[in-house]
Amino acid sequence: MSETALAARGVNKSFGSLVVAADVELILPPGVRYALIGPNGAGKTTLINLMTGMLAPDSGQIFLGPDDITALPPHERVRLGLVRTFQINTLFPHLTALESVTLAVCERRKVASTWWHKLTAYSDEIDEAYDVLSALTLAPVCHRLTRELAYGQQRLLEIALALAAKPKVLLLDEPAAGVPREESRELFAAIAGLSRDITVLFIEHDMDLVFRFASRVIVMVGGRVLVQGTPAEIAADPQVRAVYLGKARHGAVP
Amino acid sequence: MASEAIAAPVRPVQYLQAQLRWRWGEIAFWLATLLPFVLAPSYLVLASQIAITALFALSLDLILGFSGIVSLGHAAYFGVGAYTAGLLSAKLGWGEPLTGLLAAAIAAGIFGYLTSFIIARFRHLALIMITLGIGLVLQEAFNSAGFITGGFDGLQGVHTWPIFGRFRFDLYGYTAYTYSLAGLFVIFLIARRIIHSPFGLALRGIRENSTRMPAIGAPTRTHIRTIYTIAAIIAGVAGAILAETTETVSLEALGFQRSADVLVILILGGTGRLYGGLVGAVVYMVARDQFSGLNPQYWYFWIGLLLIAVVMLLPNGILGGLAHLAQRVRGKP
Repeated sequence: MSETALAARGVNKSFGSLVVAADVELILPPGVRYALIGPNGAGKTTLINLMTGMLAPDSGQIFLGPDDITALPPHERVRLGLVRTFQINTLFPHLTALESVTLAVCERRKVASTWWHKLTAYSDEIDEAYDVLSALTLAPVCHRLTRELAYGQQRLLEIALALAAKPKVLLLDEPAAGVPREESRELFAAIAGLSRDITVLFIEHDMDLVFRFASRVIVMVGGRVLVQGTPAEIAADPQVRAVYLGKARHGAVP
Repeated sequence: MASEAIAAPVRPVQYLQAQLRWRWGEIAFWLATLLPFVLAPSYLVLASQIAITALFALSLDLILGFSGIVSLGHAAYFGVGAYTAGLLSAKLGWGEPLTGLLAAAIAAGIFGYLTSFIIARFRHLALIMITLGIGLVLQEAFNSAGFITGGFDGLQGVHTWPIFGRFRFDLYGYTAYTYSLAGLFVIFLIARRIIHSPFGLALRGIRENSTRMPAIGAPTRTHIRTIYTIAAIIAGVAGAILAETTETVSLEALGFQRSADVLVILILGGTGRLYGGLVGAVVYMVARDQFSGLNPQYWYFWIGLLLIAVVMLLPNGILGGLAHLAQRVRGKP
């Protein structure tokens, strides 16, 4: 168990007759970079929702390290180091980039319930937030309102908010969704540059990016884990070619 | 990393500090609150009512404007405060105003804390129904408990002692306005501090995106319970000041009309700006005073017109409109 950063064991979930997770087994060893792929509706985002507690599984367990976290609410999982980003920007439109990240730092350091001190008394937290933004090239726009940022910058802010929570395990739901090809490469370079202390699972449709940045690929279809293996194995797998690659290659789902 | 922070033109913390400074407009506003003493001494009773309403609207702004919690029953907490101070005097014969405020704050705070467990579970339309329900339940409970509250006739025999045993509440409202204004100012300072604290930032986070908050590790419901309790305490204090300065308490103190009025006042002035409720209270109460003088029967007609005009012309309230104008003058898009 100690060799596991995050694990889903026998996780099931259905909405009525629609099965979105069927007996899902998933193990992320510490420090890996895994990709989660599969056609639209395969249950990839649902799996992230189940692991982060935004959905409750019908049965099965989620482990973070050795601990069973199945019963914990989402914010407590985040405090234990299980952090996610969202496929569709889920940001704070009328907060500045710096305020948003400072908020995340304050929540992590458990000072966000303090109402009798000024925010500016917490210069360590503010500086840390600024450093996170700098590392993602957002320092020059840190005082802009989130809604005024360019779309690509908002995608980076998604990641900055997650990093401010000091994740042990980071689940990235299509971090480059909607970002032009050239920029998405830079974005993934930033992800690849993350500390090896952070275990990363990312959902991505662009196979070039998947094969370049993932050491292992998990393929989901219809709520099940179809197969997993190294990028080379996945590329050669006839099952995968049939259900996924063959279809998606030209569609190039964004 | 540190070298980058120094390379920036201004350290981020200094930039934020500059934003929290007292502005000239704020200082001017508070100086202007002293003008009624000199310019309109015959309107001090009205000025006192305005200050109380402003305080009540400020408490609504903390939950609605800063945390995105809609309420159509906020008068419940105002009423609990008013009846606590009133009953203390009418039934127990204790008319000392400051301890009356304290008792009202505690009673409204307890009621706010208990109801906050329901509030924290819901949002949007569901919240409107629930807060409306809380208001109606409380109003009928106080109505039926006529042997204590005086029921529909209101509470008789409230008598407020002089403040500090010295300053008697006079007919002209000198003491009343001084007392209400001091209460408003002190609590405004506290509210301002809350908004500028890390907790205030968390509240704005809840307003801006309640889905994201848990994903950055925020205990959203705990935050909501805290601010809802604080807002209930402030509303209770406002109610107590009304009871003490007018020496009457009626069911109107916790009625639906008061909940609706304060919502209108806050939206009129502009939500999420601290001063919105204050400016809204001045405009609304003065307009009501003038319109009802113009025509005692149909003055809500004019209030209605005023509301439609403000919302159409200034969708973010009076202060939102002023801020927009100021930006234009400075040449920002």
